[in-house]
Amino acid sequence: MREVELYFGPQHLGMVGNFSITLKVEGDCILEATANPGFLHRGFEKLMEYRTWIQNFPMVCRINVVEPDHMEMVYAMGVEKLANIEVPERAQWIRSVYLELARVGSHLFGLWAYANMLGFDTVAQWSMYHRDLILDLFEELTGGRVYHIYIWPGGVRRDFPEGFTDRMVETLHSIGKCVPDYNDIFFNNPLFYERAHNVGKISQEEAKEWGAVGQVLRATGMPYDIRKVEPYAAYDKVDFDIPTRVEGDAYSRVLVIRDEMIESVHLIFKLLDNMPGGKVFNRSFNPFKWKVPEGEAYVRVESSRGELGLYMVSDGKDKPYRVHFRTPSYTHGLIILEKLLEGANIADVGNTMISLYVVAPEIDR
Amino acid sequence: MGKKTSILSPLKALKYLFKKPKTLLYPFELKEPAMRYRGLHLNDWDKCTGCGNCADVCPNEAIEMKEIPEIEAGDGERNERPEIDYGRCCFCGLCVDICPTASLRLSRDYFHIHFDPKTFKLLAKDEKTDKEHFLPEGEYSIFKASLAHRREKYEGFSPDLEYSLFNPERVPMSQASPEERKASFVEQVKGFSAKEAQKEASRCLECKLCEEVCPAEMNISDYVRNIWDDNLEEATRDIYKTNPLPEICGRVCTHKCESACVLGNQGKPLSIRWLKRYVVDNIPLEKYRKVLGTEEIKSIDRKVAIVGAGPGGLAAAYYLRLMGYQTVIFDRLPKPGGMMRYGIPEYRLPYEALDKDIEYIKSVGVEIRCNTTVGKDVSLDDLGDKYDAVFVSTGFHNGRSTGVPGTERSGVFQAIELLRKVTMGEKIKVTEKIVVIGGGDVAMDISRTLGRLQMEEFGTVGVTVSCLETRDIMPATPEEIEEALEEGIKLYPGWGPEKIIIDNEKIKGVVMKKCLRVFDKNGRFNPEFDVEKKMEIEGSMVVEAIGQAPDFTFLSEKIKEKLTYEGRKIKTDEYGQTSLSWLFIGGDLTRGPDVINAIDTGHKAARGIDKFISARE
Repeated sequence: MREVELYFGPQHLGMVGNFSITLKVEGDCILEATANPGFLHRGFEKLMEYRTWIQNFPMVCRINVVEPDHMEMVYAMGVEKLANIEVPERAQWIRSVYLELARVGSHLFGLWAYANMLGFDTVAQWSMYHRDLILDLFEELTGGRVYHIYIWPGGVRRDFPEGFTDRMVETLHSIGKCVPDYNDIFFNNPLFYERAHNVGKISQEEAKEWGAVGQVLRATGMPYDIRKVEPYAAYDKVDFDIPTRVEGDAYSRVLVIRDEMIESVHLIFKLLDNMPGGKVFNRSFNPFKWKVPEGEAYVRVESSRGELGLYMVSDGKDKPYRVHFRTPSYTHGLIILEKLLEGANIADVGNTMISLYVVAPEIDR
Repeated sequence: MGKKTSILSPLKALKYLFKKPKTLLYPFELKEPAMRYRGLHLNDWDKCTGCGNCADVCPNEAIEMKEIPEIEAGDGERNERPEIDYGRCCFCGLCVDICPTASLRLSRDYFHIHFDPKTFKLLAKDEKTDKEHFLPEGEYSIFKASLAHRREKYEGFSPDLEYSLFNPERVPMSQASPEERKASFVEQVKGFSAKEAQKEASRCLECKLCEEVCPAEMNISDYVRNIWDDNLEEATRDIYKTNPLPEICGRVCTHKCESACVLGNQGKPLSIRWLKRYVVDNIPLEKYRKVLGTEEIKSIDRKVAIVGAGPGGLAAAYYLRLMGYQTVIFDRLPKPGGMMRYGIPEYRLPYEALDKDIEYIKSVGVEIRCNTTVGKDVSLDDLGDKYDAVFVSTGFHNGRSTGVPGTERSGVFQAIELLRKVTMGEKIKVTEKIVVIGGGDVAMDISRTLGRLQMEEFGTVGVTVSCLETRDIMPATPEEIEEALEEGIKLYPGWGPEKIIIDNEKIKGVVMKKCLRVFDKNGRFNPEFDVEKKMEIEGSMVVEAIGQAPDFTFLSEKIKEKLTYEGRKIKTDEYGQTSLSWLFIGGDLTRGPDVINAIDTGHKAARGIDKFISARE
């Protein structure tokens, strides 16, 4: 049969985000896949070298539309490490609650993308609606729905508004009540099972070798999570589980995501129950007279797609000397995706890509 | 994998068909944004000082400060207001968290749809100053919502001092306790350590509102930045550009800069005065000439005489000397410094600090001839003949009297004379109870000085101060009043003297009458009293401190005739040049009275004299 080159994206129904994969196919079978990034390169890392330490704070979140919050967190942690800024206890707890809320919101968004791509439109609608309820909470806490601009060096920007905890618990319960319905029509649905199991299968050895993190690694049976490996915020103060599965295919990855959402909600309840009082911001700088001491820092957090790292160098001036993000989608989208698509079916391209939770803006930055 | 369900299980979703839809039917069903919503900007124009910090912090350069000619900007204000470009704004709200006046806020509306990008710029206002575009509930319609059609009282993300990006708290200054202070003339303010100074300097937002009110136009934000940077030599150079007396100004300046400081709106202003003092306190006198690059000055063959070795004269002499002129200062008192030495008590301005500034000015080649009275030992006319130009800055050395019955007697003194005597080391016979009349800084200075002398003599303080003004409008600096009270001085504001009580040829006290108002409707000094309401203040010594006047005895009749006057003042141009072209005047004679104004008149006169001499040649 004749070899054909196919462009999957950036304009393609199965593509989520501005990303493209060039496929070499023979009939229905993919011989070679080449990830083709660059459509979303906005030059954030370079821009950050031209903005002061505080001016970067409203900008980092924009790197990743789906989940801006972990970007804020990792930047704040980087600056705090370089400048040796102490964060009040309560702020650390609030950060954890906020980041778990972000994880749920982000997973719901991911679920929308996956269900939508596979044609499970009802689930997509539900998850988008439920994500909106979480955005309402963010709006109340931070004043913004998508870009929250909330975690800044030295703590968080405002404390919980009055009655916020109750409303958050209520919202999370109302979403939780729908889990059985989600199970019935999606997660346990034989149609979905047939579509997702054995797709994009990866073994634990391969996952480690190819630099997989997050659900991709956890779905192969390895409970690797930065929240446990190198705890930050208040994650070492409460007990929680790391959901894993062993199959390593798209189906198991989605189930890990589901279990993670449920675990996150439980974690939020535990955090709220033990939340300490006190102030939530240590003012330690004046934005116009803020030089961060010379040095370099690598900090990492567990974002909803896995390990998110930030390497930042300061030359003792008012702006960062160099900023570099290590994002989970980078390895998932550029390396693992290419490997998994070799020998796969054209119909499984989008399926594999979204099950790897590839978020294009994270790759390009 | 979980428990697999039937292939028909998705039909369960059908049950939602019979439930109320969760989607809002926008715009018929509105969703209220959260209370903290970060929407379009609101700015209270009455509170906004035009400092421009919002524009400086904006990461997207979305804010531009626009000049508003209709706004009359007072001290510490600019007639500029922020204009926001919503094509750039990212609604992060950093502008709100940096706003030192809390005037800038974000509202909860977020609508603006228009085909013309020019309409995306907004001079932010709020319902207080813009009734036209901020509408009440009934008149507002979501269908018309835009930057020009907004809801009133719809505030969202607002400033909160606890989360502000500026620091409203001052670094505390260590000061001598009132007990310690009363017992001696030790300097009250101890000065910053390096760490404290850097921390205090780090509060500065660099909006430069202070520089606009400083009479000497000092480069405040530059030297504060250099303090923060720990570059004291550069800071010294910044300071000496316009002020050659920083040790003095760092202690006794009337610090208009601090009243203008934008941080004072919600917190405490930056300690600019004490930061200046920190700089020069930490540069030894021997290093001054090297630091300031004045080791070699090329002299020119032109001579300028300066009358009065006060701040005006010293400043003029210094800057003229830097230009190469040979300058000679004449002063009638035994030591240079003028009012700074003979009018300001030692606990506020120690002599070492004063001498350090003067020694440096002498070291660059300024000659000071003390004990030489112009008008007696040498005439002003002679100086005019022998020198290329003359600058006169003689200060207000004559006290004014209230003129009430009894003030002509011995035992009634002028504050300014007593202060001079204390500096000269003359013994003052204080009594156990003293009445001081006046409410300005001189009144505070003399009361606190006499209090210290009383402590030495009797072990207690017995000074009572009374003035026409009520406490809120007393002309003395609030800290001075506070510190005087701490030192045990009694204060009766709002009373005017009627007569001195004399009993058996001895002063027994003062009869006071209640003062109803000090100034009339036109703002002129015209006190009105309630003669029914009286009280007596006991005291066997009375000191008047109600103001000073210039002494013009150095002017010969010939010169007086040639000068033109504006009211009682001698008319000058911006450089202090009088109608006699070789004669320049400055200091308290033209502006003030305070040190910083005098320095500026001296500096301006130096430039004027240079212009005058250069033009003549």
